[in-house]
Amino acid sequence: MKKLLSIFAVVAFAFTANAGTLDDVKNRGFLKCGVTTGLIGFAAPDDAGNWAGFDVDVCRAVAAAIFGDSSKVEFTTTTGKSRFPTLASGEIDMLARNTTWTLSRDVNLGFEFVGVNYYDGQGFMIPSALGVDDATGLDGATVCIQTGTTTELNLADFFRANNISYEALPIETNDEARENLFAGRCDVYTTDASGLSATRAQADNPNKWVVLPNIISKEPLGPLVRHGDHQWGDVVRWSLNTMIIAEELGVSSSNVDDSKGSNIPEVLRLLGVEGGYGEMLELSNDFAYNIIKQVGNYSESFDRNIGPDTPLGIGRNLNALWTDGGILYAPPFR
Amino acid sequence: MENNSNFETRKPPVATTGIIGWSRQHLFSNWVNSFITLLVIYFLYQLIPWFLDWSVFSADFWTNYKGELIVDRTFCSRVADPEGDHGACWAIIIVRFYQFMYGFYPSEQVWRVNLTYFLLVVALLPLLIEKIPGRKHLIKFTIAFPIIAFILLYGGFGFQVIPTNKWGGLLVTLVLGVFGIAIAFPLGILLALGRRSQLPVISMFCTLFIEFIRGVPLITLLFFGMVMLPLFLPEGLNLDGLVRVLVAVTLFQAAYMAEVIRGGLQAIPRGQYEAAQSVGLSYWQMNRKIILPQAIRISIPSIVNTSIGLFKDTTLVIIIGLLDLLGIGRGALADATWMGLSNEVYVFVALVFFIFTFSMSRYSLYLEKKLKTGINMGAD
Repeated sequence: MKKLLSIFAVVAFAFTANAGTLDDVKNRGFLKCGVTTGLIGFAAPDDAGNWAGFDVDVCRAVAAAIFGDSSKVEFTTTTGKSRFPTLASGEIDMLARNTTWTLSRDVNLGFEFVGVNYYDGQGFMIPSALGVDDATGLDGATVCIQTGTTTELNLADFFRANNISYEALPIETNDEARENLFAGRCDVYTTDASGLSATRAQADNPNKWVVLPNIISKEPLGPLVRHGDHQWGDVVRWSLNTMIIAEELGVSSSNVDDSKGSNIPEVLRLLGVEGGYGEMLELSNDFAYNIIKQVGNYSESFDRNIGPDTPLGIGRNLNALWTDGGILYAPPFR
Repeated sequence: MENNSNFETRKPPVATTGIIGWSRQHLFSNWVNSFITLLVIYFLYQLIPWFLDWSVFSADFWTNYKGELIVDRTFCSRVADPEGDHGACWAIIIVRFYQFMYGFYPSEQVWRVNLTYFLLVVALLPLLIEKIPGRKHLIKFTIAFPIIAFILLYGGFGFQVIPTNKWGGLLVTLVLGVFGIAIAFPLGILLALGRRSQLPVISMFCTLFIEFIRGVPLITLLFFGMVMLPLFLPEGLNLDGLVRVLVAVTLFQAAYMAEVIRGGLQAIPRGQYEAAQSVGLSYWQMNRKIILPQAIRISIPSIVNTSIGLFKDTTLVIIIGLLDLLGIGRGALADATWMGLSNEVYVFVALVFFIFTFSMSRYSLYLEKKLKTGINMGAD
């Protein structure tokens, strides 16, 4: 199946590689962005039918960079199964759908991951009444685990490496896991940390549950485009980088206008006051200004959608800037 | 003998008539049945009051137990007052009702969807009611309806184009269900006739088509339509996602419909064909006037059965990323504003599906009664 998929990806690639995606998008007048059919905090329609979320903000940033208008996006909903063919066939220009960056997806499927907007990893959630503060103390616990996923294998590896035993309770969906955990049929639920936070947020009393600090796998999630159109890849990459750099430099949507008079050279370069960096990307020189003004910097987007003050309540942890003890890092804007 | 003079009709024993007699005969005829009856009554006694309490009496609609307007999940009585005894929080359905019905269809254009729904009812009238005045003209409208509906919903001819990724909710469910069934029906008749054709090429093609489509699950066809179809089309010709899904759904339904109708055709006695041929009717005349009316009549229960099946199967489109009624519901649950209210959403979606499928099955019962489906063919 994978081989078949890659063949199709190559065929699709042959059809679309010669067309400049950036020109296509500009001529069309809006960006086509693939998102999930709904994932708390990352992408979901609000009551008015507008898409919002942490992944959605990446799409909006790209639209703001190209058109100076973050609303010029049309969202296509994709599932775990349909996301890659939809991107490969050219139906969407980019995919921002909490997709883990792996070698085979990057190389074999013919895609280009342009960066990481969220460092996720598999974690554990337990009732706080259990009184355990480290996953190695979970000897003999019953674990709710989604069958047939990499999380299942990671779990087995982790417990074996630490020489502790567990009992698996196989489940199919997130909803099922939540009900089982809340009903006490399992002591531990393990999946990606962001998913755990979403589960915790849905509890009647979230304080009765804790997400343990142990992270046992790497799940770098990021936006991706088709192989072969490097100019387009650059546009998406630097739209994402702009949000991270803006946070590094302390430029946010509220102070972006004042920052144009800043005396820090990189801020002036970023906002297009100096240098012609937008033109290099075939965008306007104030593309970064538009992103920051309309979407905000990385921390604004994080706090608005998944941060500590949202129901999800995810801390920055790995996703803090490299200067704050995380691993979030963007190349210099120069 | 002396009784003869004052003979009076005695009522049958109380235990054999009325409610008591009926329940003795049907519910308590032996100890196994009695036990099952009592068990079921017990469960219903437990379930119905609990469900009514949850869904109506203790439930929130627009406001919560404090009388505040519910704007997100934290206002729901159940969430705001976890210790209290509160039921469902229907505000999620009420606030998002538009999305459940129309998806992301622009609200200033939504009259087009409503008009289409109205015209759908008009188009169904001549099919549902036989003695409606002007039926012949209405039938013409019914046949033209799919084209009118397409222009109204999608746009063109002076209407603003609404791309299908803005469609959602019940609109997508109905488009897939109604168009799928409406197009598959004539296609199925042709396939059924083709499979019984005496021309080997036609019968082989139809048999192959039917067997291939029936041999794979609908989800495979959906993936085929979604993933592989675009790769076979020339560059630049980008078929719309909903159209590709509709093609897959229609082909699937047509194959099943064909087999159902073929079942009806098998049941027509040879004499009917011979009689038709002996009065000089052509192949098409024979089928149209003699064979098909009888064959379709006896297939009605199965036709409705597969149609109901298809209507429910349309929820599979969520797997390829189309937001139908169920998909919109899941989208609502993925919004941090409303997350965790899954019971409300799934009960509502189930109710909507039940209304549609139940009406379909009631209508088919009415048709069966009217046409006396079970009649003896020879005496017809």
